[in-house]
Amino acid sequence: MSDPIGQVLFAGAIGLVVIGIGGIVLSRHLFRMVLALVIAEAGANLLLVLAGFRWDAFAPILTQGVAAPGPMVDPVPQAMVLTAIVIGVGVQALALSLVIKVWECYGTLDLAEVRERLEADLAGQAGVPLPGSTERPAGERPLPPATAPAGEVRQ
Amino acid sequence: MRNLASLLFIVGLAFLLLLVTGVFEFGNPPMRVGQGIQQVGPQEVGAANLVTAVVLGYRGIDTLGELSILFAAATAGGFVLGRHRLARSGAEAGFVLRTGADLLFPLLLVVGLYIVLHGHLTPGGGFQGGVIIATAFFVPLLARPGAALDHRWLALVEGLAGAAFIAIGLLALYRGGEFLQPFLEKGDFGSLVSAGTLPLLYLAVGLKVGAELAGLLARLAEPAGEEAA
Amino acid sequence: MLWLVIGLVVLMLAAAVAVLMLDNFLAATAAASVVSLGVALIFVWLRAPDVAMTEAAVGAGLSSLILALALRRLGLWRLDNPRQEARDDA
Repeated sequence: MSDPIGQVLFAGAIGLVVIGIGGIVLSRHLFRMVLALVIAEAGANLLLVLAGFRWDAFAPILTQGVAAPGPMVDPVPQAMVLTAIVIGVGVQALALSLVIKVWECYGTLDLAEVRERLEADLAGQAGVPLPGSTERPAGERPLPPATAPAGEVRQ
Repeated sequence: MRNLASLLFIVGLAFLLLLVTGVFEFGNPPMRVGQGIQQVGPQEVGAANLVTAVVLGYRGIDTLGELSILFAAATAGGFVLGRHRLARSGAEAGFVLRTGADLLFPLLLVVGLYIVLHGHLTPGGGFQGGVIIATAFFVPLLARPGAALDHRWLALVEGLAGAAFIAIGLLALYRGGEFLQPFLEKGDFGSLVSAGTLPLLYLAVGLKVGAELAGLLARLAEPAGEEAA
Repeated sequence: MLWLVIGLVVLMLAAAVAVLMLDNFLAATAAASVVSLGVALIFVWLRAPDVAMTEAAVGAGLSSLILALALRRLGLWRLDNPRQEARDDA
């Protein structure tokens, strides 16, 4: 890449992907993770279309008969990106449905709190002590209870 | 400690992506397949929009996979969100919003169908037109929170459109070609009735995507039980 | 031409950083819509009108719509969010 426009565009696309994935890794709120996923997908699609660009070429649509007006940009990455954008919105819709379900179940969207309560719930349902806890479950190993179990102490 | 690890991860990711894209020469793609498609595409498929020719003609099976993924995502989203709640908030929107939504509905529907049907001539196609059709069915729902979309009709349209897509593909197989090969006659280049089965395939895709997304939006817009209005 | 592209890329990246930094979730959704719009404009410059129309309709339209509807169901649909216990990410 020796020309500045190409460098700027590639830097922009890579920057979007890095900001998106960094947002997923670093965020502590579940909704912000979904927003960062949106950004990462936009960046990845931009990277794909950048790979098919050609200088001084026309868009791949023939408006004046069968003969092409000149060299055209590559239509194959554009077809792939068309598919990818629609799949991205499907994934975002499913992620938001799951976030809504977590909210309705726990009442909070803070990642640390959701993680703690989820581990406590799973450990309580299975009758095993929490990972890292020094307590053993009271008595012998209980059957999966119908109601909340007693005797589980959080560390 | 956590921030240091995250910083190292982000720097490493940026470095990896820069290495991978540093091989590219911006503006001179190798274009091995693209060159062939540009030369024989207009005669072989008959569509003026080469991206449509690739999406439906040369890579039709990828479009079928995309329809399946969208269907799975919309269905799973509907499952996760729970069944239809009957508690309605009852506060209707004002006169301007209701009239505006009623005026926008036929306009959005016409524009969406135009984009779907002309997908093989101008930029557009099934997915863009399907999104606009879904919005056309959803905007009156925003203005009248008491109304509800009939999910059975939406499911019926979606199922029939998806089945029509696969049926056209199987018909091509039955005529001795391959699955999803375009097979009707190509017509005049650049007119509305051209490019064989491509407009029919895009019509099926547009109706399916429109019905699916309208159902998903209606399901998301339902108020929760204890929501503060 | 170079300045146009640089302006679009800077707008995109600034909006992307703003998505992660803003406290108010409604503003963060609007910033995500700005990112999609910037990407759609770059697609127009890259001679890809089909992809630009799809990105504008889906990214700036449908994606922001479902994010806003989810915000309403999550109870975060406020112009002035009460700061949540200072545990949100920075």
